[in-house]
Amino acid sequence: MLQAIQQKIDPTAGLPDVKAASEARSLLTVDQVTLRYKTPNLLITATEDVSFSVERSDRFVLLGPSGCGKSTLLKAVGGYMAPVSGSIHINGRPVKKPGADRMMVFQEFDQLLPWKTVLENVMFPLIVARKLPRREAEARAREYIDKVKLTRATDSYPHTLSGGMKQRVAIARGMAMQPDILLMDEPFAALDALTRRQMQDELLQLWEDTRFTVIFVTHSIAEAIKISNRILLLSPHPGRVKAEVINVDRARQDDGSAAALERDIHNLLFSESGHRE
Amino acid sequence: MPSPQIILAADVTTNRQHTNVAEVEQRLGSLELILGISAVRKTVLIIVLAIIWQVYASYLDNPLLFPTLSDTLTTLYDRFVDGTLPSRIWTTLQVLITGYVAGTLLAAILTILAINTRIGTDFLETMTAMFNPLPAISLLPLALIWFGLGASSLVFVLIHSVLWAVALNTHAGFLGVSRTLRMVGGNYGLTGLSYVMRILVPAAFPSILTGLKIGWAFAWRTLIAAELVFGVSSGQGGLGWFIFENRNLLDIPAVFAGLLTVIIIGLIVENLVFQTIERHTIQKWGMKE
Repeated sequence: MLQAIQQKIDPTAGLPDVKAASEARSLLTVDQVTLRYKTPNLLITATEDVSFSVERSDRFVLLGPSGCGKSTLLKAVGGYMAPVSGSIHINGRPVKKPGADRMMVFQEFDQLLPWKTVLENVMFPLIVARKLPRREAEARAREYIDKVKLTRATDSYPHTLSGGMKQRVAIARGMAMQPDILLMDEPFAALDALTRRQMQDELLQLWEDTRFTVIFVTHSIAEAIKISNRILLLSPHPGRVKAEVINVDRARQDDGSAAALERDIHNLLFSESGHRE
Repeated sequence: MPSPQIILAADVTTNRQHTNVAEVEQRLGSLELILGISAVRKTVLIIVLAIIWQVYASYLDNPLLFPTLSDTLTTLYDRFVDGTLPSRIWTTLQVLITGYVAGTLLAAILTILAINTRIGTDFLETMTAMFNPLPAISLLPLALIWFGLGASSLVFVLIHSVLWAVALNTHAGFLGVSRTLRMVGGNYGLTGLSYVMRILVPAAFPSILTGLKIGWAFAWRTLIAAELVFGVSSGQGGLGWFIFENRNLLDIPAVFAGLLTVIIIGLIVENLVFQTIERHTIQKWGMKE
């Protein structure tokens, strides 16, 4: 059933079918997950029967229009809500509650603790969750603050930083924990367009350095293509897997293949009737 | 067909002199600078009021009704030097601090229970709704029957006046902590008490501080009022009793001196203690402008 819905788009077009990723050694497996949440008078099905798997060093993007349950799905991976049916495993262990092996980066600027400086914000989870000694935590925090180019703001309080700088701190905080997966929930959505571009480039640069695994939620097709190597396309109301795009990193800006892929994905997302937007 | 082109600003404006630099930034006059400080303006206001007081009281020339400022200050000084006022202040503060600390601790326990359990929330909300509108002083007659004519009655009433204000504000503050911050706390694996102390308390600190301030104001007023009415406890009364006693002796300057002391202590706590805490916490953290 699921296989029937799933389509593969290959941006390079020349390659033959690529086999589905091997299930056995996946870092994260999401298996036929249905998520529901309650509002005061409604029970809403956010996603239905969604399956995917994430490999080590993947830059995996969940892409879809609003209402496709991509953020809810990320929260379930984060352990903030339990699936009604299906299962989520990380490293073979079922996900039951939030934990520091899956660090979240949120869209909101208020995700930093306002009563701590940049350095303390990055150090805090290292001390309380990783149980590192202070000195070690500080050394590692400084290293990652340098990586996101915030050395000058190390001792500033979050309220003195710009939106982009705050998101950099959040990314540094997540990466310093060296989690199994970094979960990013539209981290650049609240930034202005110029800063967003810059942040996307910096994120890719960081990935080149450390090859961390990341799941990235976005509703921007262009951002998805720029950042990811794999994209899971979700359809809305309720969220179902519509397609998976692989080898996205082969798409290039200069020969127009990225633009073509963007068009294809756009057509795929908006072709189907019954989409309310 | 013309193609897009980038023209650099540096190529266009070559060495143009800026002549209006001086007009952009100009120093304010020194009088304007001094009047910009609110403390200066307020001090001037107090001095003006003091002069009006002195002049009017001298003109009235009736120390039994309205003593002059200089009489009041002289009495204040005398009573300080002979040790009456300091010992009265000490009595009052002892009771006040006992009640305030106990009330705050109880409020902490109640709100921690309320944030972790639903029955705790229901309990706190019901109790606050019932007891917050009830003036603490109205419980004093009952307290006197239960605990006798001593400091414990006053402490009981003080706890009542502090508890609900602090609990109400703290609980509201906890509920107002953004979902993102709560998720961040969960992400770090913080649960139970460590989650409350490390995430909720600092995040809700503006509300908690407001609660502490309101609690302080309630406690201070309640205590002075209670002492005025039922003041003598264990042989020595506090500030409220000092005022009451001197009215009976028709020593009106001393009554004024007592009132002035109440005002000054209130001012010191509100403006020095709480503002210092505020400056070092929520202002530094950008939680309050």
